[in-house]
Amino acid sequence: MVDVYTFVSGPLAWAAFTICIGGCLYRLISLIVLAYKKERFIFTYMSFSYGLRSIVHWITPFATENWRRHPVLTVVTFAFHISLVIAPIFLLSHIVLWEEAWDLRWPALPDALADTMAVIVIAGCIFFLVRRLKLPEVQFVTTASDYVILAIVAAPFVTGFLAYHQWVAYPYMVIAHIISGEVMLVAIPFTRLSHMVFSPLTRAYMGSEFGKVRMARDW
Amino acid sequence: MTEPAQQSETKAQDKGIEVGISKLDVERIEKVVTGVLKGETGARLKAYVETCIHCGLCSEACHYYLSHDKDPHYSPVGKVKQTLWEMIRKKGRVSPEFIKTAAVIAHTECNMCKRCAQYCPFGIDIAYIISVVRRIIHRLGATPLYIQDTAHSHSVTMNQMWVKADEWPDTLQWQEEEAQAEIPTLRIPLEKEGAEVMYSVIGPEPKFQAQLIYQAAIIMDVAGVNWTMPATIGWDNSDMAMYTGDNELMGRIKRTHFETAARLKVKKIVMGECGHAFRSVYDMGNRWLGWKMPPIRIVHAIEFYYDLLKEGRIKIVKKFDQPVTLHDPCNVVRGGGLGEKSRYVANAICEKVIEMVPNYEHNYCCCAGGGVINCGPPYKMTRVNGNRVKAEQLFSAKTKGAKVLIAPCHNCHSGLHDIVHHYGVGLDIKFFADIIYACMEKPEATEA
Amino acid sequence: MVDTTNWDWSPGEKRIAFGEWAGKYRWVEEPAASPDGETVAAIVNIDEGEFSVCANGEQWESVFDKIWHLRFSPAGRLTALVSETGEWTVAVDGSPWEARFGYVWNPLFSSSGESIAVAIQQDMQYGMAVNGAAWQDTFANATYFILSPDGTRTAAAVQTVDFDSGEIHKFQEGTFSAALDGKPWDANFVNVWSLAISPDGSKLAAEVRINLYEYTIAVNGKPWEKTFSCVWEPAFHPTRNSAVAPVREAGQWTLAEEGSPIWQRSFVQLWQQAFSPDGSRLAAVVAPRYGRWTVAVDGSPWSVTFADMVTDVVFSPDSRRVAAVAKDGEIYKVVADGSAWGLALDMAWQPVFSPDGRHLAAKVEKNGRYTIAVDGRLWDRECQAVWDPAFSPDGSLVLLKSLEDGVYFRRVIPVADIAG
Repeated sequence: MVDVYTFVSGPLAWAAFTICIGGCLYRLISLIVLAYKKERFIFTYMSFSYGLRSIVHWITPFATENWRRHPVLTVVTFAFHISLVIAPIFLLSHIVLWEEAWDLRWPALPDALADTMAVIVIAGCIFFLVRRLKLPEVQFVTTASDYVILAIVAAPFVTGFLAYHQWVAYPYMVIAHIISGEVMLVAIPFTRLSHMVFSPLTRAYMGSEFGKVRMARDW
Repeated sequence: MTEPAQQSETKAQDKGIEVGISKLDVERIEKVVTGVLKGETGARLKAYVETCIHCGLCSEACHYYLSHDKDPHYSPVGKVKQTLWEMIRKKGRVSPEFIKTAAVIAHTECNMCKRCAQYCPFGIDIAYIISVVRRIIHRLGATPLYIQDTAHSHSVTMNQMWVKADEWPDTLQWQEEEAQAEIPTLRIPLEKEGAEVMYSVIGPEPKFQAQLIYQAAIIMDVAGVNWTMPATIGWDNSDMAMYTGDNELMGRIKRTHFETAARLKVKKIVMGECGHAFRSVYDMGNRWLGWKMPPIRIVHAIEFYYDLLKEGRIKIVKKFDQPVTLHDPCNVVRGGGLGEKSRYVANAICEKVIEMVPNYEHNYCCCAGGGVINCGPPYKMTRVNGNRVKAEQLFSAKTKGAKVLIAPCHNCHSGLHDIVHHYGVGLDIKFFADIIYACMEKPEATEA
Repeated sequence: MVDTTNWDWSPGEKRIAFGEWAGKYRWVEEPAASPDGETVAAIVNIDEGEFSVCANGEQWESVFDKIWHLRFSPAGRLTALVSETGEWTVAVDGSPWEARFGYVWNPLFSSSGESIAVAIQQDMQYGMAVNGAAWQDTFANATYFILSPDGTRTAAAVQTVDFDSGEIHKFQEGTFSAALDGKPWDANFVNVWSLAISPDGSKLAAEVRINLYEYTIAVNGKPWEKTFSCVWEPAFHPTRNSAVAPVREAGQWTLAEEGSPIWQRSFVQLWQQAFSPDGSRLAAVVAPRYGRWTVAVDGSPWSVTFADMVTDVVFSPDSRRVAAVAKDGEIYKVVADGSAWGLALDMAWQPVFSPDGRHLAAKVEKNGRYTIAVDGRLWDRECQAVWDPAFSPDGSLVLLKSLEDGVYFRRVIPVADIAG
């Protein structure tokens, strides 16, 4: 048990982080190289200010027409994404691991808040699942991979939540939590979770085209 | 209101598509699809396909989707699923029947208006994805007949309407003569090298709507514009090859247009009230040729009228007294930022402007643009049924008092005409030039 | 080339009171000046439906229902397209051709200016006429009219097979060809564009589209063996009689001669190729990268590039120098051998080299007024209008034609007066 824990929290974690970061860099660089090779014109239209203008609108709740049209979704998606990113980074028990391994530390969230965030992520996943099942326009374009991605994202939070509360099989749950977290890290560059990496680029490009050439708002 | 249309409604027969797919087999399709996807697309398509998280948030951007009671087949991403995703998933090995469906969807159920790009959280350019599908259909030879015929007209005559080389200057001279009955010294100066402005129009103007050239000549003359029109090819700024995916031909048409202006040594090209032509000279055709921006400044009619009114070069004797509502054409408002100038012009020439909702960049498309109306009569009801939401939007403006609908774009004009007629909206549709011509100060008409 | 030795090259000034004509007519149209500068002429409107031409104050004897497109040929013959009782023809120095047509347009001059050709339409059939003689055969449609530089041969893209609009598949089988002196090739193509006649008059080349996707150059009806995703206009080598055209492969452009690439590198865009008079050098307008434009000579682009456009590439008569017009933003520039003059212009016309290639002059517009620039320096007069300058055979004098306060001036001055 300890061996397994040592393995998944040691070498496997190393591998997962390496693959995640390396994979994201690889995807990002290869995309830019591809653009440079085949669609070099893109770079001549990219504008920092217009790109940023567009990104800022879209990462601000209710700042765009479409966010305003879907208030529930907007609240859920912002809460979900913020929690998804913030909770794992500022969770005390994660910071402790970083400190043990690298002697790095930063302020932690109160456990109760982190716990709430985990619930938000899980609830968000359920919301997205229901949306996929119930809304015809989403259901129509849903593929099996969409459910897999949802499961990949939900898993570390479900297991983490259960582990934290120590309701069932704590040691197993911790290991399941670590593995599912690592699966998610590895999945980021190689599944449509890569929207985490690519969406700022696509948004900035569309923002640049709309701002600089079309002189119109893209929100 | 019509019955809610479902995806299963009978699709029109189209000899362009039917004959095209009759010559296809899976191997040929595979070769063309992979050829286009590997050879001609790059980072954009890759990023778009891989970033899309299938959230469906683009759906409500689309007038087809809204007009078809939210049938997901008509959502932007739904159309991509039924076309490009499937081609990618099957690595190009799709059936001729599939190509038929894809051709109908890509050419007649998307106006490439880019409203969905404003609704996608990631800014995925679905109109571009649809243009890739159209490119594939073009390479497969299965483009709808009417628009393909128009592309052929462009290829022979460099205009949209098979207008022959002599018919063009002849029409201009005829309109000049007609206008001289109103202003005896009026000229339509042909081939005047070094003029400030080259005025360019679309093929249908000399063919069916010569009065628009007449009106433009009056406006130019009264405003004292130093202008010219070419007597050669290159006078037509329209470009249906842009919408059939025949990029090489699109480039040829645009090159002819810009080189004609360069030959005439003009400072700017002023174009009539057309949207797609603006897109072709300002955004699409110039890029294919390697011009980051148009090599000679393009001034759309809206901007031109704005300048003339603002500088007092034309004066309004009495404002148009019927309440108007203003349609924002996608290609010049979402595509060229002319929303404010359009309103300036409307308010300068009309007593009362009633806004339709939504408006500006968020206005609903006319459902004619993107080459859809150019696919011809077989798809008229596709356009009409696909834009019930526009009729509702117009009804609402009418309820607020609007009597006249200003549509400063040819395709919008024709498309809205069909919608207004079918749904019995009861709005009179006009170009800006119609109203400016009627309300402007003109020299005293002398007896001929 | 026009022989300019017998022009009046004695330094000095001649005037014509052009502005006075306005009082005699309902209106006077844009004036044209003869190449030697001795004549200024304009279409004038006498009354409703009554047009004539006034040259140096003398009105043509004939009056027409309509006149347009008044131009001097390089030889100084004053030509216009004229209409009488619903028929059209060409009038040269006031005398209309005997032949009349349904419509005439697109006048063309041989380089000597002695030969004049025009596109014609008669009974909705299309063709050309040279010096008053029409093609024997006419066609349902014709486009891209050209006249050989020596003025002996004419050609156009012509429709050889009938089809109705909407018959897309028939059209795609090929309904167009090219006709030399009205005789079409045996071969038909989907499209035929941008023709060129070889210097010896034996060959006619054109861009052709074999099907909707394959482009190449056809010479005397025979396509090059290789096809391309696109091609642009062919041009003939001045001595070798072979056709050279820009071709597109894998999204990039290069130049090909008889189907084989002749330049080492490719470009984002490449067109308007021009041979030097002796045929030893070849220049073209190119975009070495997206959104940047310049001139490439023998495949090597100039290091200076421009944002918007490069046009009007011209070689010096001795083939040593190349000049062009460039546009950067709203500013036009004259560029010679890769370096731009330090003048920011509103507009610039195709530059003119002196016969020895030492001097370069151009008609330019600055601050809304017209003048002449020589070797990068502006003439100190700001005019209502100017015409292209011309150098004396020894290159020491420049002929300037201008309109100033309603007066037409013909001046011959030493080049050094402007160039310093």
